[in-house]
Amino acid sequence: MKNYAKFIGKRVFYMLMTLFLIATITFFLMKLLPGTPYSNQDKLSPEQIHIMNEKYGLNKPILVQYGIYLFGLVTGDLGVSFQFNNTPVTELIASRIGPSAQIGIQAVVVGTLVGIVLGIIAAMKQGTWVDSSATFAAIIGRSIPNFVFAVLLQLVFGVWFNVLPIALWTGFASSILPSIALAISPMADSARFTRTEMVDVLSSDYVELARAKGLGKWEVAFKHGLRNVLIPLVTILGPMTVGLMTGSMVVESIFAIPGIGEQFVKSIMTNDYPTIMGVTMLYSLLLVSVILLVDVLYGIIDPRIRVATEGEA
Amino acid sequence: MENILEVKDLNISFDTYAGKVQAIRGVNFNLKPGETLAIVGESGSGKSVTSRSIMRLLANNANIEKGEILFKGEDIVKKSEKEMRSIRGSEIAMIFQDPMTSLNPTQKIGKQIAEPILKHQNVSKKEAYERAEELLGLVGIPNPKKRMDQFPHQFSGGQRQRIVIAIALGCNPDILIADEPTTALDVTIQAQILELMKELQKKIKTSIIFITHDLGVVANVADRVAVMYAGKIVEVGSVDEVFYNPQHPYTWGLLSSMPTLETEGELYAIPGTPPDLLNPPKGDAFAPRSEYAMKIDTMEEPPFFKVSDTHYAATWLLHPDAPEVTPPAGIVERQKGYRARVLDVQPSEGLKEMSSQDAEDHLRQTDSELSPDEIATRKDKEGETVYHGSIL
Repeated sequence: MKNYAKFIGKRVFYMLMTLFLIATITFFLMKLLPGTPYSNQDKLSPEQIHIMNEKYGLNKPILVQYGIYLFGLVTGDLGVSFQFNNTPVTELIASRIGPSAQIGIQAVVVGTLVGIVLGIIAAMKQGTWVDSSATFAAIIGRSIPNFVFAVLLQLVFGVWFNVLPIALWTGFASSILPSIALAISPMADSARFTRTEMVDVLSSDYVELARAKGLGKWEVAFKHGLRNVLIPLVTILGPMTVGLMTGSMVVESIFAIPGIGEQFVKSIMTNDYPTIMGVTMLYSLLLVSVILLVDVLYGIIDPRIRVATEGEA
Repeated sequence: MENILEVKDLNISFDTYAGKVQAIRGVNFNLKPGETLAIVGESGSGKSVTSRSIMRLLANNANIEKGEILFKGEDIVKKSEKEMRSIRGSEIAMIFQDPMTSLNPTQKIGKQIAEPILKHQNVSKKEAYERAEELLGLVGIPNPKKRMDQFPHQFSGGQRQRIVIAIALGCNPDILIADEPTTALDVTIQAQILELMKELQKKIKTSIIFITHDLGVVANVADRVAVMYAGKIVEVGSVDEVFYNPQHPYTWGLLSSMPTLETEGELYAIPGTPPDLLNPPKGDAFAPRSEYAMKIDTMEEPPFFKVSDTHYAATWLLHPDAPEVTPPAGIVERQKGYRARVLDVQPSEGLKEMSSQDAEDHLRQTDSELSPDEIATRKDKEGETVYHGSIL
């Protein structure tokens, strides 16, 4: 167990290194973006621009700006937004993270759980119409972009049945449609993945042994199959999270949800450097945390990995 | 003693894209309590399918076309899935080929051993785990208490097979089916596992069906042997009879391809490949690969000819009208030893004096002691001379 902690510590260190690299690369890439943060530059005199640049430190050499930025990052200061009424970026993010986190988490949980169940059913009914229709649904879910689903959901539940709000953020009810729209692709992914893995596991020797013990088919699938299916499934959690983040930008815009994604899109269009950097760092932090979580989960689900890492460290 | 298991005219086919594969084509055998029956044959001969049909653990595309599997007098073929579940793991248990993959890698082995006990016996969780620990000790895993909490990857291959055996013995089964339990192990471990199985069989008095393609293993563990080829049993008898007085050309081939201490030069291999069971050949399925095949072998399936009360073989060579053939040299050697031993036995049965010629005649007689019905029907159909000396 001590070695396991050492292993996690090592992973956390790598994670910080990754974040540092992301911060550096994003900073310089952003500086290469054409244009300036000033939306109506034509109306500003060179003096005014100079004063503004002076105020925001944009006339300093790039390396100095980079240094200031890194120092701020380490001390938890992400700077002040150019566009959103001079609010500090940290405050801006804090005020908008709620809705994004809520629909994101709802989408991941519902999506993967439903996906796993569908995948198991498809695997158990392998080769029947149930299997084919589940596979078909998964392909549809995977290939149709989530903004199409978003609009479709708005039409069906918002306009035709009029049971859920079409847009805006007024509480849980308004989180349902965007969550579903976001959940479609993780659901399709995990369903497909679970089915493939389960089919494999069901033909394995230990499943046959479990059957020979007198267990029923479903009993075997859940008691012996599921945990072994989850091991490879954990792998796709990382890419799935990325998909959700990018997906949420579009979906939040469609449902007019005051979330991070929506803000990110706006900040890029206006060259709002501190906000771009802040949100990028937030997304990166989220992603590397998911990757770390995946590693930890592996250890929990698969006893072989726990021992292997203990041996290695 | 009454049979605990009787398999009667079992026919099993598999639906495939290419058509119906007739994997089992009329298998008959029985098993007595406490006895070890080995089923031998090459890959694809149907030994595993036969054993899985007893557990009713066949693949979805398998059909039991006809036949009966009487377990304690009740037909397993007719049982519902629910009834089967209560038999599997409690009255009939199974050991699989590859111990490296037959344990769930994500479950503690204590739980895996206790599972069937909890499932079939009305015991508390604590009692089941105590029994599991006891079993673990019984199969020779040291320090069972500690090892109950370990995962399969913390055990060696031989230890894992011991654990699989412990799982199978959890509910004191009447029949233990061992499907090539030593094939995946190295030779020294093989010997240990076989010793363990023999020892445990004595203790818990279970019957064992031992599926293998390793004749050396058979000689070591079995009481009786059934030789399978192309979905049929071609010869069945006691170990002594099948090893030292084999009658079917396929058994000759099998025994000749087994190295002995005297083997010199290249090891014999049976020429050709097993028949395609999509379209099983007419007559004796082994005929195309047999140098002893006669015309009748390509036309009519041979019935079982009785060699002794316990020894039967399905080959036309045993028909009284069949020409005398000389088996391969190695087989003749084996038979010589056997005959000598049988001769030793004879005087005590009242035959005080017998010349070696007499003994030969005597043996020849018992060899060709056919079941009268079968031969009668054969003669009606074929007339008397059809297969006289018509060696292909």
